[in-house]
Amino acid sequence: MSSKYEERCEIIVVGAGHAGCEAALACARLGLQTIMFTVSVDSIALMPCNPNIGGTSKGHLVREIDALGGEMGRNIDKTFIQSKMLNASKGPAVHSLRAQADKAEYSRSMRKTLENTENLSIVQSEVTEILTESNEVTGVRTYSGAVYYAKSVILCTGTYLKARCIYGDVSNHTGPNGLQSANYLTDSLKALGIEMYRFKTGTPARIDRRSIDFSKMEEQFGDETVVPFSFTTDPEDIQIEQVSCWLTYTNENTHEIIRKNLDRSPLYSGIIEGTGPRYCPSIEDKVVKFADKNRHQVFIEPEGLHTNEMYVGGMSSSLPEDVQHEMYSSVAGLEHVRIVRNAYAIEYDCINPRQLNPTLEFKKIHGLFSGGQFNGSSGYEEAAAQGLVAGINAARRVLGKELITLDRSQAYIGVLIDDLVTKENREPYRMMTSRAEYRLLLRQDNADLRLTKIGYEIGLISEERFQKLLEKEKQIQEEIKRVSHVNIGTRKEVQDILVSYESTPLTSGITLEELIKRPELNYEILAPLDPDRPLLARGVAEQVSINIKYEGYIKRQLKQIEQFKKLEKKKIPEDLDYREVPSLRIEARQKLEEYHPVSIGQASRISGVSPADISVLLVYLEQRKR
Amino acid sequence: MNYDTIAAVATAMSSSGIGIIRISGDQAFSIIDRIFCPKNAEKKMEEQPTYTIHYGTIIDGTEMLDEVLVLLMRGPHSYTAEDTVEIDCHGGVLVMRRILEVVIKNGARLAEPGEFTKRAFLNGRIDLSQAEAVMDVIQSKNQLALKSSVSQLKGSVKNKIEILRKHILYDLAFIESALDDPEHVSLEGYSEELYERIQKLICEIKNLLQTSENGRILKEGIKTVILGKPNAGKSSLLNVLLGEERAIVTDIAGTTRDILEEQIQLQGISLNISDTAGIRLTDDLIEQIGVTRAREQAKDADLILYVVDSSCPLDESDVEIIDFIKDKKSIVLLNKSDLKPVVSIEMMAEKTEHPVLSISAKDEDGIEKLESQIREFFFQGEVSFNDEVVITNLRHQTALRETENSLSMVLLSIENGMSEDFYSIDLTDAYTSLGKIIGEEMGEDLVNEIFSKFCVGK
Repeated sequence: MSSKYEERCEIIVVGAGHAGCEAALACARLGLQTIMFTVSVDSIALMPCNPNIGGTSKGHLVREIDALGGEMGRNIDKTFIQSKMLNASKGPAVHSLRAQADKAEYSRSMRKTLENTENLSIVQSEVTEILTESNEVTGVRTYSGAVYYAKSVILCTGTYLKARCIYGDVSNHTGPNGLQSANYLTDSLKALGIEMYRFKTGTPARIDRRSIDFSKMEEQFGDETVVPFSFTTDPEDIQIEQVSCWLTYTNENTHEIIRKNLDRSPLYSGIIEGTGPRYCPSIEDKVVKFADKNRHQVFIEPEGLHTNEMYVGGMSSSLPEDVQHEMYSSVAGLEHVRIVRNAYAIEYDCINPRQLNPTLEFKKIHGLFSGGQFNGSSGYEEAAAQGLVAGINAARRVLGKELITLDRSQAYIGVLIDDLVTKENREPYRMMTSRAEYRLLLRQDNADLRLTKIGYEIGLISEERFQKLLEKEKQIQEEIKRVSHVNIGTRKEVQDILVSYESTPLTSGITLEELIKRPELNYEILAPLDPDRPLLARGVAEQVSINIKYEGYIKRQLKQIEQFKKLEKKKIPEDLDYREVPSLRIEARQKLEEYHPVSIGQASRISGVSPADISVLLVYLEQRKR
Repeated sequence: MNYDTIAAVATAMSSSGIGIIRISGDQAFSIIDRIFCPKNAEKKMEEQPTYTIHYGTIIDGTEMLDEVLVLLMRGPHSYTAEDTVEIDCHGGVLVMRRILEVVIKNGARLAEPGEFTKRAFLNGRIDLSQAEAVMDVIQSKNQLALKSSVSQLKGSVKNKIEILRKHILYDLAFIESALDDPEHVSLEGYSEELYERIQKLICEIKNLLQTSENGRILKEGIKTVILGKPNAGKSSLLNVLLGEERAIVTDIAGTTRDILEEQIQLQGISLNISDTAGIRLTDDLIEQIGVTRAREQAKDADLILYVVDSSCPLDESDVEIIDFIKDKKSIVLLNKSDLKPVVSIEMMAEKTEHPVLSISAKDEDGIEKLESQIREFFFQGEVSFNDEVVITNLRHQTALRETENSLSMVLLSIENGMSEDFYSIDLTDAYTSLGKIIGEEMGEDLVNEIFSKFCVGK
């Protein structure tokens, strides 16, 4: 037998997408010898679908990643070409940043960061087998037979496992963008007893900018003042010249072309077996499901500054090539469209994520972690968030530290992971603000105040950044207190300002705090009435304003969180045998046995477990404790 | 352990001599001070020593509800190990219900089934050896409550609540899809529309509340099922019982079964009476289904009227029915006393411990005896008007009030020019509160609604 290459390190990350990058960076930055495997070094941090980072609720995730010491926020700040704060006219809880990325630059910049991070090496090789010894991970084997030993392994394989790209009757066994798929790892995972799902997603065509008639479209500009994603980016540095996106619409003709070719769609003919996401339906799905809509929006977005390729947002499809040409060219402005890359659907293997703890470690295999689309999520941001948590915990395990979990009241990341590991989910999971029950507190503007302390304790936030945060906290508190003591009289100057904002004039004195609470006023507007106001950074003033203005709602949510935390804190021992718990209903027992929740709180969110079952469980745990 | 303050009726909710309402938790003493007017009006219950009894009246604002004794027990020396107050009042459904309502209005929460026991255990008051019993109590009481909550609701009310929820969910999903995908869905002019819709919803909730205050959202009465072999005279009996001189008849539609339910008043006692398919051993599939349903009906009946054709000999089917009703409150009726009897009262009495009466549905003979037997059962408390009805009604009312409050908050947010994402908070609460009445949670409803009704996503 010929001898094979062997190497030892501390942590192995499989995959170099958005989850893999965050995972590998976190581990290496925490001082652990980390090897990151990818099937192609040229595809690091690839954005194979939409050319943007952020968006509603996803923007929150990026902010949180940044607040914890992750890389995505900094990387998009360096490589964006347009930026918008979505929902700016709505409440602060739903403001969300979204930036168009220069895809190639994004990828190149992330690669540069990885390549220059100490303790981190990149290896181009396909991992084909996970090695374990008595339910503990020991390393991986690659296609060539080489063995790499490690103390923790993080799987971030994205959409590459047994991937198949499909349009019409054409089906290629490749990953996204024609990259090599990973065809062996699934079997190794199955042999370890891991349950796999098959999911599906899709992407629209890329078209040649020169073939587009922009005069038939509406131009979409970026914001005048760009807000950075990263709390470490100086806003002054990123006020760049932005590029535009374009809006056009499908029409009845487009829909007719789709309808008459539906029988040729692999989705409807049954060639595709995977479960697709409801939130990014293909254009054929939209036409079928929303038959009464006579048009759908189409966003034409640049893929970067140095390419003519444009992304056709809203028209993902798996129809045959000839139908795609006919369909796209029926859209206003795309009459002479040249398609560079076809739209396609992609099917891939992922896991049933309920096999994971909220730490993203497999319940059954110690030291094996996972993140990203492999866990049944979708989206770059969702992937990066999980990669970061999986990375942090894999590192902490090696370092002998207690693993961390973010809960639903702390971060969207907590909601995301809790949903994945607790709820029945049969389609790629996407973050939405409506999934966060405490969203008024989980704002993108306060991600640093919520999480940077945690990032500091983990070791991913510098001392300097931490001190700045403490200073910011202090300033906010002092200013809120000061404002509550500033008395505003009924002077003419006051009444004039109030009248100018259509606010009722005062009949007697009032505090500044009470004035700020009026819906038509805010902290900034009232500055002229507040001569002693200290000079504060924009971020501080923003927090003061929000905290005063929405105090009532915030207090209500804080009270709910208090209740929520009580149940989260009640841990369920890992070795609890639910067959021993009397009076549990059978359905509840089966669910609890399957999920093995870590806390009473998590147990209460499992569908099929009733409040009475939770009471019974509480009584049983108390009995066990005594 | 810090829990909120809970309250419940600790005795049976029926016309007994004395009723006890129990309050447990940090707020117990401050709540009693707000609603109790002691004989010596200066006395504050919060300042009184533990294990003392005080005489006075319970008041709702200025209205006096009842003359009561109030028992004070300070934690940890009480059943739950928490501060506990017991109000001994005059028995009577209405009085107890009013007192419980005023307790809740002043800050307590209606206790979940088995919650006092649960707290007693978690606070270390109940012995470890009884843990299993505690768990049983919690589970069985909750299942009973859940069952009664939904099953006692009138079909029409349940439909109405489902429709209201549907409306709320639609608006909630619309707002959320717009927040999630602002470039596809616009909220322009939506606030005004929503304002009108919410006003209408509040009106409907108010109507429901009024209905519930009259106790009319629930099916009430003793659940009575007529069983017997085919042609024993069950339908004739029902018709006799429904006779004009004593019956107020309403059809309660909307039950899931096709068995007809009638409501009868027997001198103040209301019976929900249902006729069933005859029970006999049969190979006929259709008939078997009817028989299965009859058994299902009978299983949770409060009272069974077993009708026997006394002119025919007993057979295997009768043996089976006698066995089936062994542990149920039942009256055996030997019908067709006008014909030559083959089965006598004595013969029957050997086979069953239930009272046996001889009647003739055809001649309306013996019906008075039947009525007085039912009355006797009822007043001896052997058949009790289900306690749960009153409690369930109160639970529903609380949920309806919460819904009304949440919806009013939405109006307030709109009036104050808050942005749409704030409406969601209260709409979600309203949806959840209404769900409690019909035993349904939010779960994935919202996400499903967003995807099924609105075209969102890239």
